[in-house]
Amino acid sequence: MSISLDNISKSYGKIKALNAISFEVADGELFGLIGPDGAGKTTLFRILTTLLLPDQGQATVAGYDVIKDYKNIRNQVGYMPGKFSLYQDLTVAENLNFFATIFGTTIAENYDLIKEIYIQIEPFKERRAGKLSGGMKQKLALCCALIHKPQVLFLDEPTTGVDPVSRKEFWDMLKRLQQKGITILVSTPYMDEASLCDRIALITNGKILEVDTPKAIMAAYPTKIYKVSASQTYQLIQDLKTYPETHSVYPFGQYMHFTSNKTNFKPQDLIRYLEEKKHTDIEVIETVASIEDTFMELSK
Amino acid sequence: MKIENVIAVKDLTKRFGAFTAVDHISFEVGKGEIFGFLGANGAGKTTAMKMLIGISKPTSGEATVAGFDVRKHTEEVKKSIGYMSQGFSLYNDLTIQDNITFFGGIYGLKKTAIQEKSKLLIQDLGLEKMANKLLGALPLGWKQKVAFSVALLHNPKIIFLDEPTGGVDPITRRQFWEMIYREAHKGITVFVTTHYMDEAEYCDRVSIMVEGKIAALDTPKNLKEHYQVDSMNQVFLKLARNIE
Repeated sequence: MSISLDNISKSYGKIKALNAISFEVADGELFGLIGPDGAGKTTLFRILTTLLLPDQGQATVAGYDVIKDYKNIRNQVGYMPGKFSLYQDLTVAENLNFFATIFGTTIAENYDLIKEIYIQIEPFKERRAGKLSGGMKQKLALCCALIHKPQVLFLDEPTTGVDPVSRKEFWDMLKRLQQKGITILVSTPYMDEASLCDRIALITNGKILEVDTPKAIMAAYPTKIYKVSASQTYQLIQDLKTYPETHSVYPFGQYMHFTSNKTNFKPQDLIRYLEEKKHTDIEVIETVASIEDTFMELSK
Repeated sequence: MKIENVIAVKDLTKRFGAFTAVDHISFEVGKGEIFGFLGANGAGKTTAMKMLIGISKPTSGEATVAGFDVRKHTEEVKKSIGYMSQGFSLYNDLTIQDNITFFGGIYGLKKTAIQEKSKLLIQDLGLEKMANKLLGALPLGWKQKVAFSVALLHNPKIIFLDEPTGGVDPITRRQFWEMIYREAHKGITVFVTTHYMDEAEYCDRVSIMVEGKIAALDTPKNLKEHYQVDSMNQVFLKLARNIE
């Protein structure tokens, strides 16, 4: 196991940031920690990278205990925090050189690993890190986290606030790093990125809701789920909420995702109800649950 | 839909030195419309938005917001709009009540009006028990809901939302959109940027900026038909390029 957590808890005063977290990440796995702001993702990253002590529980990274063997872990992992944490007043090249030196290596030694990413920022290598665009900062931070060829890479919300095109490119890059044998633990608030991971943990309010492959999590959705649309979206939400057979209703793009509290629910009944409420262009179609549906159902 | 235009933009352009951040964009937004303003990072969205809310002078072109020229009548523009973003919303180290009182004052509301409005606002959000707690104690999604309500305190005609739901949990994110729908239903125009493509589908119309220009502008339905894809995410991936 590359990463193993057993009953890890951490509180800040009265706030329980992590509540008895346990899961394992296998060697070479691309593992996603999926949850909203405030779920406890960053606290978990800090414990695993030995920057924060857990209140209780045990955890190992690359076979080393996060408390006893913290020095070994620091040599074996790369960490890209959610907040840009490089030296703003050093240039691109100086930052990279600095991190290589700290880890007792050189840029040349592991250049293969970062080459694909580094060539994109190389034209700006004399520019100070503080003057880079968001996307370039992110690429430089990833290069600095990789320059010592870590066994395990920790990426805390690398795609937050990043547009869908850049997000797709970033994930393509992660897949290629995974192929080079690096274990990756990545967190994201974007549920659609979950399907790009080998396995995921859904986390909210410091608790793990589920750990499995994205496919298995979607397949385990407890009830039938329907997508519903009609011409007046706002009115549709209101009317679906007051429908006596409604268990849940959430907007999903152009549709509402609807589940019923009745096991023998018939779409025709809902269509009739919506017709009585004067809706037009009514559609009620059975659909497949997404990770986001599951997340909302579990955190309800 | 377009009974009355509350935003009208014609050939709006902003240059920084040799770089053209916003390049002759033109569009109109109607009363009560939810207008999605999309684009890749660096496409010029923020620069365009800054001109529309009267805090950045256009290099050339025209824009009126709530009937006021963004170049000449910046103060009137600011009084007619609400604004919230993820970067700046409210003060974490003030209570919820104090935040409302403070921003009500900034917007020039009278004391009695602030009292009435803040009571309603807190009731609407169901935050009666939290009113005297520090805003910082709320989860992000709730902060954003409060910020949205505060941005509406002075009854603006238009509300500008710059990535209001980034990082917000999926349930609260949807509650947030229900608030947006409700306000639009009342006739308030909503101008919103987002990186969640499912949210793009909630908009009445969507524009996609690419390298300073508007590359597409239509209803989500028409855009998907035009590019022959199933989702706005695919429309976006087809259109938007990265520029750095």
